Amino acid sequence: MSDRQTRLQTPLRRVRGFGSAKNGTHHWWMQRVTSIALLPLTLWFAFSIAARAGDRWEVMAEWIARPFNAVLLIVLIAVGFYHTASGLQVVVEDYIRPDRSVMAINMAIKAVLTLLGLLAALSVIRLAV
Amino acid sequence: MAHSNDAREAVMIGRRTDGTIIRRPLSPHLQVYDMMQMTSALSIMHRITGSTWAVGLIFLVWFLAATAAGPEAYARMQWFMGSFFGVILLFGITVAAWYHTLAGVRHLMWDYGYGYDIPTTYRTGWWVIIATGVMTVLTWVVAIIAWAS
Repeated sequence: MSDRQTRLQTPLRRVRGFGSAKNGTHHWWMQRVTSIALLPLTLWFAFSIAARAGDRWEVMAEWIARPFNAVLLIVLIAVGFYHTASGLQVVVEDYIRPDRSVMAINMAIKAVLTLLGLLAALSVIRLAV
Repeated sequence: MAHSNDAREAVMIGRRTDGTIIRRPLSPHLQVYDMMQMTSALSIMHRITGSTWAVGLIFLVWFLAATAAGPEAYARMQWFMGSFFGVILLFGITVAAWYHTLAGVRHLMWDYGYGYDIPTTYRTGWWVIIATGVMTVLTWVVAIIAWAS
């Protein structure tokens, strides 16, 4: 401890809420959890959709509408867009200055991804029910 | 702090929370790093492919929304995806997606505490590059067979 300290606050109190001392651990952990979930989902989606390249609308709409496929698609959309938002957030935090721009860009990214994710999920639900 | 003629010293000066000055180590950056090494090149590729895939999600949304909208919207989407420009775009997204997925497995392996030594890092790096090629070709072989039939 420095002998120049004149404040009664502890060093911990002064740094809490500043800098990186926010929700980093939870963010980091959720990126891992979502990435593990996306592994089987990505494999399933990539090959399922590749095997249906060039399908007529009736066939594709019927495939998406099947309960098993619809549920997996909605999970893929939810987990995938969450993972995308948290990944882009880190990229923005690393390369953009100042902090207020980081905040504004991340809010915009989350708004766009939320709208796109809901649009995709609603499309699946509309075909499925 | 000792006097130095190196201009980079200026960016190494930081302050402790109590205000005293301290010399901080400088993070590796583009000017001091050889970006063509296996380690750094694959690292930045993970970010680039992740960001590419994020943009590529637009085509997933378009595909699902067009299918839900009906046969005409589906036909327009299918026409674009099957056009020269569309195929190039989808192929690029496929490469980026497989790379990001496989490099992601490598990251999970590191998170688990395995493979930090240089020989293993290079071996898993080559594994990611080769597997990306294999998975991309496999995906497109499936797609082309389905398309042709």
